[in-house]
Order: sequence, then structure tokens, then C-alpha cells
Amino acid sequence: MAAPITSHAQGDPHEHSHDDHHELGFWQKYVFSQDHKVIGIQYGITGLAFLFFGFGLMMVMRWQLAHPGEAVPVIGGMLRAIFGETVFGTDGKGAIGMLTADGYNTFGAMHGTIMVFFGIVPVAVAAFGNYAMPLQVGAPDMAFPKLNMASYWCFFVSCVIMLSSFFVAGSAAKSGWTSYPPLSVLADSGHHAFFNGQTLWLLGMVFNITASLLGSVNTIVTIVQLRAPGMTWMRMPFFCWTQLVTAFLLLLAFPPLEAAGFMQLFDRAFGTSFFMPSGLIVGGAATQWAGGGSPVLWQHLFWFLAHPEVYVLILPALGMVGEIIANNTRKPLYGYKAMVGAIFVLGFLSFVVWAHHMYMTGMGARVAAFFQTTTVMISIPSVILITALLLSLWGGSIRFTVPMLFATTFLPMFGIGGLTGIPLAFNATDLYLHDTYYVIGHFHYVVAPGTIFAIFAGIYYWYPKATGRMMSEFLGKLHFWLSLVFINGIFFPMFLQGMLGMHRRWYDGGATYEGLSHAYSLGKTGLEWNSFMATSAFLLGAAQLIFIYNFFGSLFTGKKAGRNPWDSTTLEWDTPTPPPHGNFDKEITVYRGPYEYSVPGASKDFSPQSEPPENEPAAAPAKH
Amino acid sequence: MEIPYTVSSRPDTGLYNAKLGVWLFLASEVMLFGGLFSAYVFLRLGAEDGYWPQGLLDVPVGTLNTIILIASSITIVLGWASLKMRQYAKYKLFLLSTILLGLLFLVIKLGYEYPAKFSHFGAFIKKESLAEYEAYLGNQYAKDKGLVPRYEITGHLHEIEVIRDGKREEILAHSPSDIDRLRAQGVQIEAYKVAVDRRNAEPTNPANDRPSFIYHGSTEKIVTIHAKDVERASAFVPKHSQFFAIYFAITGLHGLHIVGGLLVFGYFFFFGHTLYRKNPEQMANRIEVAGLYWHFVDLVWVFVFPVFYLL
Repeated sequence: MAAPITSHAQGDPHEHSHDDHHELGFWQKYVFSQDHKVIGIQYGITGLAFLFFGFGLMMVMRWQLAHPGEAVPVIGGMLRAIFGETVFGTDGKGAIGMLTADGYNTFGAMHGTIMVFFGIVPVAVAAFGNYAMPLQVGAPDMAFPKLNMASYWCFFVSCVIMLSSFFVAGSAAKSGWTSYPPLSVLADSGHHAFFNGQTLWLLGMVFNITASLLGSVNTIVTIVQLRAPGMTWMRMPFFCWTQLVTAFLLLLAFPPLEAAGFMQLFDRAFGTSFFMPSGLIVGGAATQWAGGGSPVLWQHLFWFLAHPEVYVLILPALGMVGEIIANNTRKPLYGYKAMVGAIFVLGFLSFVVWAHHMYMTGMGARVAAFFQTTTVMISIPSVILITALLLSLWGGSIRFTVPMLFATTFLPMFGIGGLTGIPLAFNATDLYLHDTYYVIGHFHYVVAPGTIFAIFAGIYYWYPKATGRMMSEFLGKLHFWLSLVFINGIFFPMFLQGMLGMHRRWYDGGATYEGLSHAYSLGKTGLEWNSFMATSAFLLGAAQLIFIYNFFGSLFTGKKAGRNPWDSTTLEWDTPTPPPHGNFDKEITVYRGPYEYSVPGASKDFSPQSEPPENEPAAAPAKH
Repeated sequence: MEIPYTVSSRPDTGLYNAKLGVWLFLASEVMLFGGLFSAYVFLRLGAEDGYWPQGLLDVPVGTLNTIILIASSITIVLGWASLKMRQYAKYKLFLLSTILLGLLFLVIKLGYEYPAKFSHFGAFIKKESLAEYEAYLGNQYAKDKGLVPRYEITGHLHEIEVIRDGKREEILAHSPSDIDRLRAQGVQIEAYKVAVDRRNAEPTNPANDRPSFIYHGSTEKIVTIHAKDVERASAFVPKHSQFFAIYFAITGLHGLHIVGGLLVFGYFFFFGHTLYRKNPEQMANRIEVAGLYWHFVDLVWVFVFPVFYLL
């Protein structure tokens, strides 16, 4: 960036075109690219691949829960060849490919880690944040393109470390995605001192955290510094606001987990006892740790990240849903300013609720009461957001395009997820529901038919901008309806099972407890759901094949899309399709708010942000 | 394509991109060290009386390091000011002083403070055996004076008494890491002979109420500690105690930040001239941004010093 001091956005147009035509080689253009759009797509593809992989882990676990102790049919031998004998054993009938108990723990821990840190955050935050946000604020690129590239490759390294951990002796991490000590500090201790599942997990997380820190600095600076002339704060699309708050959450919440990760590495590598209590007995023998540490300290540091992380998963989804709802109802978002205020309150409150995950640690009634209060308070901004989005539908002439189907479905699904969280917020009810399938159902409703549906909405919505072609509408709708039915088939029975007392980490799906006559018996009803849920999971997986086919097939066979196929107002639709390096083919000045749809008297039902006000506003609406 | 505001400030925010970027980065750094310092608070509050040493570290050396870092913060500001006035030679001089001061800090840390700990030895005595070592611990004195109880005998490891192949042997110990080596060979350790620190030599002397082992050095007095009475014994390495675990975690991470800063300054020192000729304002911006980071690293030390050395 050896720019002369005086040069601003308004450079010499000839210089611009010269820069634009500067040809980059294949590697610089598509692999080590500094273009925010290419990096966004790289993040997107990597993240989607991880989402599918994480889903695959879950399908194997679902098989095990529905058919405890039976080998996975058809692909059992292949799975054993890939993951090794620690993870896939031989069942009672001699068939190869039964998920072992250790393997179940490994898959469970890695399912959580991969879905959250390697799937949803890279897609919802990094991919869409990188691709759409700079376009929406009218910036030529992110503020620090090299840092942006470094962010992706740092993430890539973390992906390689995480995946490679499946292939070390003892397989990948197996202490849950929360990695609670003392279990996690003791785990894999018999294997190689460095190349073991838990140590590689910690190392992978350190790289992952570094990548998201680089990305979040970039996002904030881009939004603050690179908004186009006229793009005032309150003219910014809602999606950019959500990206801004998300970036602050990542920036401030992740470092304590990085610190905790270092400390757990110290515990594992140097024998310190940050998280190891005094007098710990393992397998009947006293451990070598000095003691005096606290497992609860890890929980505090972990949840200090992981609760804001929930809002990292949700906020970009709300942003995408907001964009798509405004576009498809052909009217402005209801209560845009209140929504912006609400996400700031949400962001702030998310830092003071973390210990509601820890009611069972015995931290004391007063502390629990504090966190219970803040947790209930956080429902206020959440309800503002959902209500505003719901009211945005009111009186609109709704176009049920594929993105809109996913976006509207987000509202009730996220609603179920949110409302089922209330019993978990209260100390008294949480003591019963803690660590049951009820909790699993609750947060999966928030992130799976919630955030992941919003991600699908975003993909169908911005795909034409990124590729120049529309995705197939028919296949999209098929994908939507099948996904909607089967995803509820998986997650709704979890509430029922959870209320019956089914524990989230049982390896056999509760079969041990089925026939018991005493109070701990689950009864037949609780268990019967397991095979229903497994079937739903496999069918949901099959439905995603339609999406994968549509995603890649439409690259070649999709209908050609123009600059603005959805008749949208925001700036990303004011670029050539697909946008070139440097984004805009004209000087961008913003004259109006983000959602000026159906402005009375305007010649068309959308007024793009960069369109100057019409010189003579019509005195009366011409036709109505 | 050209990114706006890489060098000049955006009028409505008054910042150029990198300056905002580094402030945000520092905010995340505050949270990183904040996490570690809150772990310090958590561990210290949870520690049993007598297991958290107070006044153990070498205060004069810590003070010297504090002065060195603050001085280096001043020199980098002067370097930035010189660049703003386009006085390149002066800037180089100030940058060089910053680098040398940073290196001096590391030399003191890695050349003296850390090795002194790795060669020191401490053995925590089991609670039921405390009475046998009362002459070296002075718990009655501590109780009368209202001090926290004492569980540890520290000093320089002199000899290790072992049983190898059924025979009693005395091995001259060169460093406390010999213990781990012997254990790994399957040798049974019987006793440690330690040239104890002043506090254990004269436990009732009021001058020794605080341990401060480094400054005074060990005495000639040799004490035999039987392995059966020892809860755990090692050099002052991270696994020795919670205090040293968090001490090494925080100062180690801080040291890595110093190394990172020095690499950046070193790069500017050797390769900065090209950019200066092309765009002196951008060069000044870079030094400003790197300087902000350096002030932060300095500020962390300003917290480390009282928290570990004085409190």
C-alpha cells in the first residue's frame, strides 16, 4: 500500500482501470487471494464441507443410539478403515464397524467442535461477513486484505490440525466440545506426548481463535473506516450491524478461551495444575499433579467465550434473515433502529450471562441468582428482534422465493429454540433439565433450523451475485420442505426424551435404563424415539444431497442472473455480477436508507441506496 | 484498486485504518491477559494459607526491568516524533535504543531470573511431619506473630540419597532436574540434602518473614529432608506450585510479546528505509502503531510487577 498521502477513495479513474486490469496468476487469484470475495467463498466452501462432515459424525452416533452395539451397515468396514480400530470395533455378531464407547465420545466431542468452530462460524460470520459486508457498505475491499488472507490460512491450518487428530493413536479429542478438566487434562495421557487427540484439539483451537481475531479486527475497521460517502450509520444494512456486533463479541470473548487453552496445554505438557484439584484419585491411585487448581476455573473461562459464541452464531443469521425479509416483503424492516439497539444490548448482555451453564457446579445461590437475572433479561432484546422481524411481514406483498422460505421458517424455529431456553435460565428448573436431551434440543433449535436455515437462505440469496447464475427454484423448494420436516423429526423428540430424564452423553441411547422398575426407568416411550430420530437424521442427510447437487450444478446450468435479480436496494446489487476485484464499476454515493421498498410515488417498487433522489417528487401517487 | 485511509485519517473518525486496527487488537490483548490475571485471582483466592508465597521474587531486579521497559516506551515515542519531523538519523538512534532496551529486558529475564528458579529447590513437607522440621520452618514463631503457616523448605539441592539395587547411595546433585532423571530410572529416593535459604536456616529471625530467596542466596547450612516426609519436591518450575505455574504462564506470554515487538522493530531498523523514502508519513504511522503495541506490552508488565513481585 505505497499510496501517496493525498490519495483518497476518489483517485484518478484511469489509475483505477489500470489496477483493475492488472492480471493476477492463478495462485494469487484463487488460492492465496487477498480479494475479500474469494476469501469469503473459500471460507464458505470450507465451512460447508465441515458442516456436512460434522453432520456425518452425528449420523453415525444416531445409528448407535437407535441400534446400540450393532455395526454400522454397508459402510462399517470403510469407516473402520478410515478411523481405525479405536473408534470402530466388531459387534456381537462379528460384523465390522460398531462405534465403540471411546469412539462415541470422540465423535460427540468433534461433532460439537466442528459444527460450532469449523462450520457455522466460518460460514455465517467469515464467509458472508467477508463476501457481503464490504459490498454492502460500499468498500472496495476489506481494510487489511493481507490480514484477511492470513486469517483464512490460519483457519485452514486449524482445520488440518483438527482433522489430522482423528488419525493419531487414541483418535481425536473425547472430552466433549467443552473439554472440561480434569477429564480433558487426563485424556489421551497414555499416548504420544504431543500427537494426541486432546493436545491437537487445543492447538487447533489456538489457531482457530487467532484466525477469528484477525477477521474480527478486519470487519470492525472496514465498517468504521470504509463506508462509502453518504453511508451514514443509520443507512447501513442490518446485516452489517450484526456483523459489527459479532466481530466485537469474537474480539473480546475469544481471548480468555485462548488463555485457558494455553493453561490446559501447560497442565498437559508441563505438569502444572491450573485445573487439577488437590488429592485427585484416578483409577485408585493418587495423581502426580501438585493440586490446588480448580476445574471450575476452566468452566468460567470456557463459558466466558462460549456464551457470547451463541450470539456469534445467531446475530449474523438474524442479519441475513432481516435482509431477505425486507427484500421479499417489498417493505422496510419494521423498527430498524430498535433492532440495531437490541443487538447492541444483546451483545453487551451476552458477556454477563455465562455462568448459567454452571448452575450445577455449586457456585452458590447468590451467584446463580445474579446470572439467572441477567439471563432472563437477555430475552428482552431477543424478543424485540423476533417481533420486529415478524411485524415486518405484516401487510407486505410477500414473494415466497427459496431464500424467503428459509428466512421465514427461521422465525418460528428460532422462537422454539428461544422459548425452550427459559426453563434452562432458571436455576430451579435447570437443576432437573441440566445435561439432558432437553438442553440438546434447545440449542439445536437455535443453531440448526435457526442459524443453518438462515445460512441456507443467505446462500440462495447471494449465490446469483457470487456466481452470476440462479440456483434452481424447484430443487431449492424441495430441499426446503424436506429439510424442514426431517430437522424437526430429529430435534423435537429431544424435548420429550429430555423431560423423561435422558442424559445427553449416554452411549447406548438409554437402553441400560429401559427395563428398570425404579424411579430412574426411562420407560419404552422415551427409547422408541431413538429410531425415529435416526431415520429423520438419515433422511435429512439425503435431503442435503439435493442442495449439494443444486449448489454445484447451478454453476453450469443455472439461469443467468443480471446485476440485481431480486430487485434489491442495498449496494451489493449495484456491482457487476460477479463483482470484479475492487468491486464497484462506478463511484458510489449513498443517498438513502437500506430498505426503501415501495416508496410512495417512486417509479419502481425499490429505490437503490445509490440512486439520487428523484428531482421532482411526484405530488400525488400516480396509481394506487 | 486502492483501499482508502491507509495513510491519511478518515475525517469523521479521525483515524487511519491501521491505528483503529491496532487499538482493536489491543482490546483483545487486554482480554487475553485479563483471562490470565483473573485466573491468578481465582487461584490465589482459592489457595490454602501458606501455599502462596509472598515476597519470593527478586524485587530490585524486577524494579530494574520495570525501569528498562518504561524507558524503551519513551524512546519509541521519541523515535516516532523524530520521524514526524523527518529526522531519520535521530529516529534510527531512538529505534536502536528501544531494541537494545528490549533485549536487555530479555537478557535479565532469560539470563538471570528464569535460570535462578530452575536451579532452586523446594520441598513441601507433609502436614503430619511438620513437627520434625520445626527447627527449619518455625511454625510456632509464625503462629505467634500471626503469619501464615510454612510448609516448604527451600534452598540449593546438594545431595540426593537413594537406594539403587538394594544399596544405599549418595549422589551429588547438580540440579533439581536430577530428581526426575533418577525417578525415571526407577531409583528410589530416600532423602534430599539441601543447603537451605536464610528463612529455613533462621526461621525465627524477623528479617526472614518474607522468603525473598534470590536476593540473599542460600546459606551453608545443610538440612536432610526425608522423602517419606515430602508431599512433593522439585525445582521452581511451573509444576512446582500454582504460584510458579501462573508466574511462568503470564511472564512467558509477556516475554513472547516482547520478542514479537523486537522482531517488528528489527524489521523496521534494517528494512525501513525503502518505505521511508517512498512515503515517510506511512513509515511514521507504522512506528506509531508498533509503538502503541509496545506501550501495551509495557503496561502489562506494570501489572505483572506489583502482582507477582510486591503483593
